Amino acid sequence: MTADSYADKQAYVRMEGICKAFGVVQANRNVGLEVCQGEIHAILGENGSGKSTLMNMLTGIYTPDAGRIWVGGQNVQFASPKDAIDHGVGMVHQHFKLVDVLTVKENIIAGSSANFILKNKNISREIRETCSRFGLDVGLNLDKKIYQLSVGEKQRVEIIKMLFRGAKVLILDEPTAVLTPQETAELFTILKRMRQQNCAIIIITHKLHEVMEISDRVTILRRGEYIATVDTAATNAQALTEMMVGRAIDMDIRRQPAQLSAEPVMEVKGLRALGQHGVESLKGVDFTIYGGEILGVAGIAGSGQKEICEIIAGLAKASSGSVVFQGEEILGLSPIDILRKGISMSFVPEDRLGMGLVAGMDIISNVMLRSFQKKKGLFLDRAFGKKKAEDIVKRFEVSTPSVRHVLKKLSGGNIQKVLLGREVDLEPALLITAYPVRGLDIGASYHVYHVLNQQKEAGVAVLFIGEDLDVLLQICDRLMVIHDGQVMDILDPAKVTKEDVGLLMLGHKGESPAAADSKQEEVPSV
Amino acid sequence: MEAYTSILLFLQVIAMLGTHVLFATLGGILCEKAGNLNLGLEGLMLLGASFSFYVALNFGNPWLALAAGCLASLAGSLIYAFLTISLRTNQVVTGLALTIFGTGVSSMLGKTMAGVSLPAQITATFGARSLPLLSKIPLLGPVLFQQSPFVPAAVATAILIYLFYTRTNIGLNTRIIGENPGAADASGINVTRYKYFNVLAGGLLCGVGGVYLSCVYAGIWQNELTAGAGWIAVAMVIFSIWNPLRAIAGAYLFGAVRGIGFKFQGGIPFLGMKLMVNAQILDMLPYITTILVLLFINLRKKKEYNPPASLGNSYFREDR
Ligand SMILES: Nc1ncnc2c1ncn2[C@@H]1O[C@H](COP(=O)(O)OP(=O)(O)O)[C@@H](O)[C@H]1O
Ligand SMILES: [Mg+2]
Repeated sequence: MTADSYADKQAYVRMEGICKAFGVVQANRNVGLEVCQGEIHAILGENGSGKSTLMNMLTGIYTPDAGRIWVGGQNVQFASPKDAIDHGVGMVHQHFKLVDVLTVKENIIAGSSANFILKNKNISREIRETCSRFGLDVGLNLDKKIYQLSVGEKQRVEIIKMLFRGAKVLILDEPTAVLTPQETAELFTILKRMRQQNCAIIIITHKLHEVMEISDRVTILRRGEYIATVDTAATNAQALTEMMVGRAIDMDIRRQPAQLSAEPVMEVKGLRALGQHGVESLKGVDFTIYGGEILGVAGIAGSGQKEICEIIAGLAKASSGSVVFQGEEILGLSPIDILRKGISMSFVPEDRLGMGLVAGMDIISNVMLRSFQKKKGLFLDRAFGKKKAEDIVKRFEVSTPSVRHVLKKLSGGNIQKVLLGREVDLEPALLITAYPVRGLDIGASYHVYHVLNQQKEAGVAVLFIGEDLDVLLQICDRLMVIHDGQVMDILDPAKVTKEDVGLLMLGHKGESPAAADSKQEEVPSV
Repeated sequence: MEAYTSILLFLQVIAMLGTHVLFATLGGILCEKAGNLNLGLEGLMLLGASFSFYVALNFGNPWLALAAGCLASLAGSLIYAFLTISLRTNQVVTGLALTIFGTGVSSMLGKTMAGVSLPAQITATFGARSLPLLSKIPLLGPVLFQQSPFVPAAVATAILIYLFYTRTNIGLNTRIIGENPGAADASGINVTRYKYFNVLAGGLLCGVGGVYLSCVYAGIWQNELTAGAGWIAVAMVIFSIWNPLRAIAGAYLFGAVRGIGFKFQGGIPFLGMKLMVNAQILDMLPYITTILVLLFINLRKKKEYNPPASLGNSYFREDR
């Protein structure tokens, strides 16, 4: 569709002059949005630019300070999420709103004013009918508990739930941030079907290629303000980035040749570990890392990344093997001793509140959580902590009203910056970082890559567990591919292709590049 | 035959001794399923016990007494509900305050009632009686249905609550609120209304437990009549892993231990001798058992055994 045809069409959702403040933070200032039926509308903006806030007002979770909203031609004022549901507006939140210990079915029918008595058979049938109306395969056992599902499946439950409630407007807040590429592809197929069914779909994502692939139009926000709405077909990634950031940004990852230290910083040998349910999660992992290099780790989610990180940091136990750090065995040491030896870890889990942060404390306290041990004496030196926190906020461009701001009130990206900043600030000899750009906007992601490069150039050994193969291949000096708890190979990124890496990630070892070609379509990323 | 009779008798005593704890445990479950930790159970029981006893003494009408007990505990839980749900105060502190409040009010009201016995109408209505048909059921009949109607009512309430949570739409909604009020709210469930309903209904049940204790079981007023039964109930909520059917087991376990204590007050027969046991130690048995039981409960690790995930948290929609 062209821009003209949207201008002609009656918008199904219209927001006008929306303002919302949280205390001193003006999250939305005079924002507008128009979305038509049969359209996939992307919203783009840096972390903390007010995208989630805007959507939360469209679903009745936040009440706007000012502005008007129309849905289906009707001026609405949502007093609660229920009002929004009644007007056919449904949202899949950044943090899923599901109950772990209940079944898929129970989560789907939650709050739907069905019969007083739950009729199990009827409910299952109705859910399947709803799905088939949208040409969607349930693909799930409706009696499974939510905690037994993968992230992608949980998201499917959320979508089905919204369809079941009769949503005509579906909002997805960063749905792809934690999905594998395959799961993302599946999601997009579903969204395209819904578009055919004349739903109005709003999607928030930081990944520009996804915006280009799936959306019809894009609305850009910057620091809480409306910037523009453009046709996807008439724009490109570079232009979108500039509108989003307000200036041209450098989207290049420069890789300086590694200046390796003479001695390895860490040697891992024959590392084995038991995971949940007694299944072996690491089956003999060997690798060596030197100062001054970035060693990348690529693998399908759950191949042992988390276990490697946790064992090195002293948070989990290995069943056998050894981890020698600067000539000294560290297996079995307590996390604090390991930290003192100069190993820092920033791990961003799927739920995104980084490991080792306390959501209810301010930035100063979170920074001091790690560095207070360097100080002696009984009393905390808050002035020292404050200076450090301010330092980190400045260096990492954390957007926050002050260092006294409670961490959980920051947007996800800024929380991650605090985490990485704190760990880098400890001046470690080994920096482990896992998924540091999860959910970060482009500007922030490149900032993180830049920091990792700086660390490497300063002689730090960087172990980078990543998701995006393109990035891993660009930034790493060596790339270790793991599969099912084993190291498949350690590659030179300059000499391999994404496809080679993808095959190794799937466990195909020693196949020729020719074989790789024929299997290209099943190449995964993390 | 004689053994059977004495076992029956003991089971009857267990049911009698466990009923007020069962009511209070069910009350606690109702609150906690909706995410509200209520440490005021003891206070609510005392409110129900004292007000009903007072009305029973002064008016002699059993139904009026029951109503007074219920209203008193409802009023108590309304204060708690308003504070914790609408004003979002800390649930632990508010619950403790409710217990202190209930204890104080009942002591004050009890000053005039100490040592006076209940009028005959009360015991006639609330006392033990054989229910037609049901009392003929083997075992269950004598244990439950030849007792005060409060005893089978408590068991029936437990079963009803169980069905409520597992089979009904609003029961499911309640569980969702206790686990994740944000999810409930986003699904269009009125979190505040459900929480109020559950806290008030829970308070009502504590009140009924109190009425049973003062007007049926004890029959005579004594300061702090509950003797910590409300606290036992708080523990029994955990023991029952928030399952009303298991609450029956928990409350009757308490009854059994109390019963054993009573039985051996005259000494434990041992090799033809009688071992005298300090009465205070026997009185401690139920409480010691509760502590042991809680220790063992903590050993079980399963997701479904966890408390409602949002237990004790206030909910405000615009919070992060
Ligand atoms: N419930 C809240 N309480 C306090 N501050 C909030 C809340 N929600 C959002 N904010 C603030 O509003 C700003 C916009 O946040 P958000 O809409 O989440 O950004 P985005 O989704 O674009 O990353 C951020 O600075 C964030 O800290
Ligand atoms: Mg957001």
